[in-house]
Amino acid sequence: MNNPYIPFPSEILEVIRHTQKEYTFRMAYTGEVKPGQFFEVSVPRYGEAPISVSGIGPGFVDLTIRRVGRVTNEVFETYAGQSLLLRGPYGNGFDVELYRDGETVVVAGGTGVSPVRGVISALSEMDNAKDKYAITGFRSPSDMLFRDDLEAWEKRLNLILTVDGAPEGYAGNVGLVTKYIADLPLRDPASAKAIVVGPPPMMKFTIIELKKKGFADENITVSYERKMCCGLGKCGHCRVNDTYICLDGPVFNYVDARTMMD
Amino acid sequence: MGYVLTQEGFSDAISQLRKTYRIFAPVRKKGAGRFTDVDAILYDEVNGSEEIELHEKSDYSAKEVLTPLSETLFYFTEGICKEADLDTRPVLLFLRSCDLHAMKRQDQIYLANGMEKDFFYQRRRELVHYVLIGCSHSFENCFCVDMKSNVSEDGYAFSVDEAEGMYRINVLDERLDAVFSTAATSKEEVVPAHVTQNEVHVRIPETIPAEIMKHPLWDEYTTRCIGCGRCNFVCPTCTCFTMQDVYYSDNGRVGERRRVGSSCMVDGYTNVAGGGQYRKTQGERMRFKVLHKILDFRKRFGYDMCVGCGRCDDVCGEYISYSNIINKVADAVDAMEKEGR
Ligand SMILES: Cc1cc2nc3c(=O)[nH]c(=O)nc-3n(C[C@H](O)[C@H](O)[C@H](O)COP(=O)(O)OP(=O)(O)OC[C@H]3O[C@@H](n4cnc5c(N)ncnc54)[C@H](O)[C@@H]3O)c2cc1C
Ligand code: SF4
Ligand code: SF4
Ligand code: FES
Repeated sequence: MNNPYIPFPSEILEVIRHTQKEYTFRMAYTGEVKPGQFFEVSVPRYGEAPISVSGIGPGFVDLTIRRVGRVTNEVFETYAGQSLLLRGPYGNGFDVELYRDGETVVVAGGTGVSPVRGVISALSEMDNAKDKYAITGFRSPSDMLFRDDLEAWEKRLNLILTVDGAPEGYAGNVGLVTKYIADLPLRDPASAKAIVVGPPPMMKFTIIELKKKGFADENITVSYERKMCCGLGKCGHCRVNDTYICLDGPVFNYVDARTMMD
Repeated sequence: MGYVLTQEGFSDAISQLRKTYRIFAPVRKKGAGRFTDVDAILYDEVNGSEEIELHEKSDYSAKEVLTPLSETLFYFTEGICKEADLDTRPVLLFLRSCDLHAMKRQDQIYLANGMEKDFFYQRRRELVHYVLIGCSHSFENCFCVDMKSNVSEDGYAFSVDEAEGMYRINVLDERLDAVFSTAATSKEEVVPAHVTQNEVHVRIPETIPAEIMKHPLWDEYTTRCIGCGRCNFVCPTCTCFTMQDVYYSDNGRVGERRRVGSSCMVDGYTNVAGGGQYRKTQGERMRFKVLHKILDFRKRFGYDMCVGCGRCDDVCGEYISYSNIINKVADAVDAMEKEGR
């Protein structure tokens, strides 16, 4: 009998430090996986934490982890030269092909950039990358993640990089991601697609702005986070109405997401 | 095949069955109830027929035999995960019709919600055979008739009804016929007793509009409910758990991962890192629980989750009646429909 609760060891191939609290762990992995899916990172004696796939490549997946508590602290304390235990991948993830035709806008805040990093990279490599927009927001310049990617994306698609606040003399954009939506030079907002990922208030106000701009609900995709203890549809913690975020999500069309009430 | 046994015959049959099966049944525990002078009826392994409580509703449900309140999943030793051992002897589990229906809900979540079956549930489930305890009358707070869980025609190995010292047994699992035919005084057709009338009635609306979630009827529970979670722990259809890691010593690398029963009524159920929480008031938590039982589960699986055992009403120290809440929902839905919404 298969036991989905038993994690498998995965070697840490590389660690990329973005900020003091946020590192990307490049983990050995060869199975099928999509951006927006997640793994349960398992630290025996401390617990498990669901972490989104932030990158996919030959023989590896990237997990970008923010140090916030019991499990994630322990990952940062003990990772050197180690492997981590994983189980997954879980959830539906993003289908990048849905965003190939026409105009697409990705709006992501903070660690919300992780699950869409693979999507933005794929958009930036499409022939019509000039029709693709990414608005990425971080709390401050020192909270920025994926600096190398941001540079690469800037060259290929329309990137708006912004911070909520910055020390005096900062040359870049300052302001919330919502501020930039009204002015996007879209040809046809009614048929354009959008992906929104970030903290709940950011998602709420971003969707309001997108709809003002003329986006249709069915063209908006969101990714949700909830407390999760299993990732398998058993523990119940992630349930909202008749939906299990871990099984049916975390990626949802807004038409389905808009009726969910915790 | 049906059999009639004396008390002695039944006792012999149980002794005989114990050679093959471990037997779990409701057992009376002196002074373990809500007050110290009250007994509690709890599930436990029994050594003989005299320990089995056939006449009262158990305070806790039979689900504990399949999903213990705290269960060690595996042990960690030097980077290896070793699954906890399991007693692999088959089990006979005594329960009433509502609880047998509830087991279908447990199977639904653990074996058929999502692609993966729950390993730890399945390995226990495969060992368990049910024994139906007939109900000659309804107990306090039961509303099994309205929830259609009052009758069980199959899904059990044998049934038992005791009246005036005689035990009437209906055997569905033919492998057990030998044991009972040896112990019986006579053979005749036996139909397990079932309830056809309850004092408590609930009315579950056919369709429940989403506006019910914002209805003020939930508000009173923000002040009345203390969030103790007992209504979830006694419920035969609640399945939620939380993972819990423990280690035996600070320097040792040895520890274990457990899962423990969890309650959507208790603070912390939805907490995420950084202080996020999705339902903050007891009113919202009550809405989440009740609508799962009579709406959300049905939307996903096609039938209601609640089986009407009434244990949540039995246990609540704040005298909150869940069956009352269902009827309040029905009234609210009626009112909404009248207003033409
Ligand atoms: C689908 C999904 C994807 C995620 N992706 C990422 C990511 O890419 N990078 C990242 O840094 N974080 C991500 N998170 C959040 C991350 O799982 C939590 O920060 C982490 O669980 C905190 O664990 P902890 O033990 O360090 O913190 P503590 O605060 O000590 O957590 C205690 C317990 O609370 C639970 N918990 C706390 N926060 C969350 C949460 N947000 N979601 C689910 N359970 C939680 C866990 O069960 C944990 O055992 C994601 C969460 C979800 C649901
Ligand atoms: S909700 Fe109450 S009445 Fe319904 S099955 Fe659970 S404990 Fe029994
Ligand atoms: S309804 Fe009653 S039993 Fe349930 S959590 Fe509230 S106070 Fe406790
Ligand atoms: S995380 Fe356990 S049911 Fe979704």
